[in-house]
Amino acid sequence: MPEYTLKLRRYSPESGEPAYWEEFTADLDGHRSVLDGILQIRDREDGSIGIRHSCRAAICGSCGVSINGRPGLACHMHLEEAQKRAERDGGVITVEPMGNMPVLKDLIVDMDAVHWKKMQRVTPWLIPEGEHPEREYIVPKEAMVDVTQTMACIQCGACVSHCLSMEVDPLFIGPAALAKAYRFVGDPRDGQQFERLRDLSEDPHGIYDCTHCFNCIEACPKGVAPMSQIMRLRRIAGSDHGIEDRNNGHRHENAFVKNIERNGLLHEADLLPDSYGGKFHPRAVPELLSSLPIALRGLQRGKITPKKALLHEHKAPQEVKDIFQRVHGHDTRFELNLYVSGKDEEQSGEQDNHDIVEGAQAHGTPSSSSAERSPNSV
Amino acid sequence: MKVAYWPGCVSRGFTPELHGSMAKVAPLLDIELVELDRAACCGAGVIAEHNQELADTLNARTFALAQQEMARGADLMMNICSTCQGAQSECQERLDASSEYRVRVNESLAPEGLSYERGIANKNFLWLLVEEIGLDHLRSLVTRPLTDLRVGPFYGCYILRPTDRVGIDDEHPRDIYLQQVIEALGGTVVDYAGMNKCCGFPIITMNKDASLKQAGRHLGDAKDADADCLVTPCPLCHLNLDLQQPAAEKAVGRELDLPVLHLPQLVGLALGLDPKELGMGKHVVKPTTVIDWSTSVVAGVGGGIGSRAASGEVGQ
Ligand code: SF4
Ligand code: SF4
Ligand code: FES
Repeated sequence: MPEYTLKLRRYSPESGEPAYWEEFTADLDGHRSVLDGILQIRDREDGSIGIRHSCRAAICGSCGVSINGRPGLACHMHLEEAQKRAERDGGVITVEPMGNMPVLKDLIVDMDAVHWKKMQRVTPWLIPEGEHPEREYIVPKEAMVDVTQTMACIQCGACVSHCLSMEVDPLFIGPAALAKAYRFVGDPRDGQQFERLRDLSEDPHGIYDCTHCFNCIEACPKGVAPMSQIMRLRRIAGSDHGIEDRNNGHRHENAFVKNIERNGLLHEADLLPDSYGGKFHPRAVPELLSSLPIALRGLQRGKITPKKALLHEHKAPQEVKDIFQRVHGHDTRFELNLYVSGKDEEQSGEQDNHDIVEGAQAHGTPSSSSAERSPNSV
Repeated sequence: MKVAYWPGCVSRGFTPELHGSMAKVAPLLDIELVELDRAACCGAGVIAEHNQELADTLNARTFALAQQEMARGADLMMNICSTCQGAQSECQERLDASSEYRVRVNESLAPEGLSYERGIANKNFLWLLVEEIGLDHLRSLVTRPLTDLRVGPFYGCYILRPTDRVGIDDEHPRDIYLQQVIEALGGTVVDYAGMNKCCGFPIITMNKDASLKQAGRHLGDAKDADADCLVTPCPLCHLNLDLQQPAAEKAVGRELDLPVLHLPQLVGLALGLDPKELGMGKHVVKPTTVIDWSTSVVAGVGGGIGSRAASGEVGQ
């Protein structure tokens, strides 16, 4: 039986001692999980090790931890895979409690204090409008397929653990709760789409507080892709409901899009004032004044030269404008969600020989399995 | 090798020293840059947030223009921006996944006589350095090793995640390439907490405080780990880490004063180029810990040894 060294972060508040690391050995098949390893150690060596678990099959969402710096389910990570990843960090599998939440004991964090509280924040239940139908609600199949991705969430908190906005702004509503918000915004039976979206847009810690770091997409064991759901919430709030939030979120998006439509390339100098509603917008004035020192610094260093940096001309402005017009002119906004549609059967290998640098092709293209699309198998 | 070269917007706008230094470094690495000067902004995730199909179409157009260059002999497409890489890879993932979708998008390109065929190879300069040029070859080109220079890598989110989209796997550990390149150039890698984190730039207009706290925290962590400078393949990260550094200092309440280099600048220094030529004077945080301005020599080396290093006597 192979042996694995597991280094666990230990902490128990009653002891009054600070947290410390402790190493143990587990002897189990490599295809057994890190959770199995920890449970064996608990049975054989130290009954006081704290870890939450139940299903052991990536269903209940209890066993979220951070393994060698990456958040995930302890029952969903094979020991041999964990070992492979650990090689970079000195060859020891290191298990810590999840981040962004207070630790209760060893590997157990206080989900109530953070995760569940944020979940409640988004009113996670259906608020239908008007009279209830006499029998069941009839909804189009596509609409329900659309929200299945967010319904796949098992509330494990792995995405919350490494959310980089939450790291600096603990009030940020966060990935899991915002993905849950989409579950109801996207549900045709819900009658409060606008109210929900206005609330989440106006909150300084709402949808426009996400820093687009992809950590939640990477962390999620179920392919929920919270960040993608947040972008959809922004899209629907801004474009469909015209919600002009006080965080400048929608204004910034619009300013950016118009900027590219006009110039083909980003002209940063216009972007800032436009994001705040134009140079003479009352909101823009203090913001621009406060960014003046930055602009001056840039000028001083020859970074921002009015001619080169700000007026560089694009060689195909009309072609770019035509594309904007064409796509904006479509009756409905088209969105391809690979989680729902999957990918074409044909896969890499046989195609593309025209643009291959010897042996370099395959990794220039995305690989065939996408975490965002496919809920991992157990 | 010849590449269809996408410099991005910011490298020609607020960080012109990036585009400039790439142009200086390319011939030394035997890279011929064919600039895609008719292509449009990748959207930096913001256009995709507004309208996915629009972002996909703009990038399909860029890919199609690159493929035209490939038909004329370019080996692949290259970019110099983590954000371009990530935003373009995301669009490519959708475009390559569905032939039906490609037909739809290509219809919008048809008036210009363009069409995207699935499977373009689009690599950031960092990936190209390791995978095409090779670390051994790079090492052999170094004329002024970055001896004793302590460099903290800062990747930028878009080039790291999601790992399968950006092609990180056992054979292509693209999440340690910066460390490998720093070592190949003779420098010392500084391990610090913020290496794989977010610079905060995407929310600078929405939640300035949270944005600057991110930049400030990572700079501070690197500083505490005794870094002389950071290096990044992402010009947007550079904006928050360098241009905004004085504001970030205020947000985290500590002095930082940590220079941030663009990847081609770091390579250029080791390959013997003059810091001025590489536009290092254009940074907000003067790279005094990196450069001894009197002799144009990489720091960490004392004056005497420094001048020898500058004339190429040391390290080979
Ligand atoms: S993408 Fe947004 S929600 Fe997801 S982890 Fe990053 S900051 Fe948090
Ligand atoms: S979105 Fe994914 S990572 Fe986040 S709580 Fe739900 S299942 Fe866990
Ligand atoms: S024990 Fe249920 S998800 Fe791991």
